Amino acid sequence: MGAALEIRNLHVSVEGKPILRGVDLTVKQGEVHALMGPNGSGKSTLANVLLGNPAYEVTGGEIIFKGENILEQEPDVRSRAGLFLAFQYPVSIPGVTLANFLRLAINARLKAEDPESKGISIGDFRKLMRAKMDMLQMDHSFAGRYLNEGFSGGEKKRAEILQMAVLQPSVAILDETDSGLDIDALRIVSEGVNKLRGPGLGVLVITHYQRILNYIRPEFVHVMYNGRIVESGGPDLALRLEETGYDWVRERFEVVE
Amino acid sequence: MVAVTRRRPTAPDAPSYSRADIEALSEKLKEPTWLRDSRLAAWELYEELPMPDRALEEWRRTDYRSLRWDEAGRMSASLDSRLTAIPAANREPLAGEEQGGFLAFINGEVVHSEAADSLSRQGIVFTDLSTACRLHEDLVRPNLMTRAVKPGEGKFAALHAALWTHGAFVYVPRGTAAELPIHIVMYNDQPGATLGHVLVIVEDGAQATVLVDYLSAQAQSQSVYVGATELLVGSGANLRYVSLQDWDRQMFEFSYQRARVGRDAALDWVIGTMGSRFVKSFIEVELDGTGANVQVSGMFFADKGQFFDLDTQQNHNAPLTTSNLLFKGAAKDTARSLWQGMIKSLPDMQKIDGFQACRNLVLSDEARMDAIPGLEIEADDVRCTHAATFGTLEEQPVFYLMSRGIPRDQAELMVAEGFFEELLERIPFERVQARLRASLEAKIIGSR
Ligand SMILES: Nc1ncnc2c1ncn2[C@@H]1O[C@H](COP(=O)(O)OP(=O)(O)O)[C@@H](O)[C@H]1O
Ligand SMILES: [Mg+2]
Repeated sequence: MGAALEIRNLHVSVEGKPILRGVDLTVKQGEVHALMGPNGSGKSTLANVLLGNPAYEVTGGEIIFKGENILEQEPDVRSRAGLFLAFQYPVSIPGVTLANFLRLAINARLKAEDPESKGISIGDFRKLMRAKMDMLQMDHSFAGRYLNEGFSGGEKKRAEILQMAVLQPSVAILDETDSGLDIDALRIVSEGVNKLRGPGLGVLVITHYQRILNYIRPEFVHVMYNGRIVESGGPDLALRLEETGYDWVRERFEVVE
Repeated sequence: MVAVTRRRPTAPDAPSYSRADIEALSEKLKEPTWLRDSRLAAWELYEELPMPDRALEEWRRTDYRSLRWDEAGRMSASLDSRLTAIPAANREPLAGEEQGGFLAFINGEVVHSEAADSLSRQGIVFTDLSTACRLHEDLVRPNLMTRAVKPGEGKFAALHAALWTHGAFVYVPRGTAAELPIHIVMYNDQPGATLGHVLVIVEDGAQATVLVDYLSAQAQSQSVYVGATELLVGSGANLRYVSLQDWDRQMFEFSYQRARVGRDAALDWVIGTMGSRFVKSFIEVELDGTGANVQVSGMFFADKGQFFDLDTQQNHNAPLTTSNLLFKGAAKDTARSLWQGMIKSLPDMQKIDGFQACRNLVLSDEARMDAIPGLEIEADDVRCTHAATFGTLEEQPVFYLMSRGIPRDQAELMVAEGFFEELLERIPFERVQARLRASLEAKIIGSR
């Protein structure tokens, strides 16, 4: 079994307000986990904290990745170590094309390994981009567009998965990648993710709905509510949630404060 | 305790030029009498006007008392400089393989003057201003500091009119579209005083694109530049004008830049301010003709101890005129910037659309940026709006880039460049965009 992402008793606050209240979760390479839960339960917070978003304050617990506690690491270091987040709301950056951005990201990896590295050649990079864009049925003109600038919701999500395909992480977190995608786009994007699946990749699929899980089939399903994982199980748990909704979760785990 | 008496702040020093200096300069440049007389008339005005100090509203926040005239005011000596002394990036053609019109000065001396055949065949005059005064009196005399920048508007305008050392003259006759861009470089590699002038006349229905670079080599002592730019855009004419300033950090710049825009004419003006220790610049557009349309784009980036004071004014002197001004600036270290904008209209000028905005990116706790918009509108069927915003570098885009493995320095650079991008793209030459990006990068990464 490959290296793992291990979250231990993680507590997180935003602007002094506690959001995550003791999260435990382990995702190993080769596994696919789903994290479900009603809006506002803290799923995106967890995703952002895993990559080190400075807007969130970790007040307790540990994040272990490949055997190291990464809490003190900057986001770029975590990324180069093999963590990836497909954002729920990707920001747009004018002036930086998708292609240039990805080349810089690849070169940052090569330079971190070998400070003398000249980076990926333009030819190799072009080939890589084309192959991955074709896999996601993206028009090649996307490469020359400014990062997420003027992209539709669905285009942004596709561009996120393109980045994942190019950067080849060992653990990827997909935060509501299904939202904003119509059924065709969802199928294409899911197939793309499935092609990347393998013993070297662990995936945490964050979603509100069962829908995407028909395409990206998880081995483990977790339910988050009010900053904690309140239930874990197999794929059947997702189906149960689909039928009954989140009300039973709310009723059973409503915290009285 | 020793009692301290508060004194009035000391007034700024004045330079010690004399009437004899004006006469000597005019003599050296072998100027016609009319020009010599106009210089001397300006000198009289100069002597009557006070050095501007903080008692004047336009100078209230502007302090240039660290300027040492004895050092900075010395007129630059001619040194037989060569074109190749100018950095290569500023000498290369703006687009394509060959220069269109290219005029270069070093320390106020012409070192290169070239106009492609196609320009001269079109009847376009492109030469240095001294030559133009001698050979084209009919074109220059009625327009030089009579219509746009006038000697009486301030001490430095009068000083410029009396003592300008060099200049460029562009004349595009009626109905002619200049096929090639015109490039002017004013470069200094010696400290001291230079007073440069640019006069551009684009007659009715004519079109031109002009780019001016101001820059200087790193110097050990102070310099001063007292400049004037006059853009005369005739009815139905179209002028794209780009001026980029990257003086060294010992430069004090005082400049007046004014455009007059005729009926149904268009002016697209891009201004980049990167260099100098101190800048006080007046940038004004006069929308004189019905249907005139002006876009002014300003980029500035102040770092270390730089001080930039940019005064802009959009005067709607005719109905159905449109002006759109956007300045974007950044300041870091202990730098200071100030933008003061004004939109004015004459009474009863209807259907006026004026916009002014200054967006400020504050990159350090010790930097200070001010932006003061203003409106003086005396008509009612108008749409005039203004905006001033201030912000620090947004953390979420930086995080996004870092989450893909890009180190913080580089991520911040990319986000800051993104802030300027919409204005950079308004420069119609990719090579020029590239060198401006490079100087932004140097500033952003610079003093880490
Ligand atoms: N950057 C933030 N600033 C302020 N509050 C936030 C921020 N991010 C999340 N929150 C709050 O944390 C809670 C959990 O939000 P989030 O993690 O986005 O939940 P989910 O992704 O499960 O819908 C919400 O109450 C939300 O308002
Ligand atoms: Mg969310």
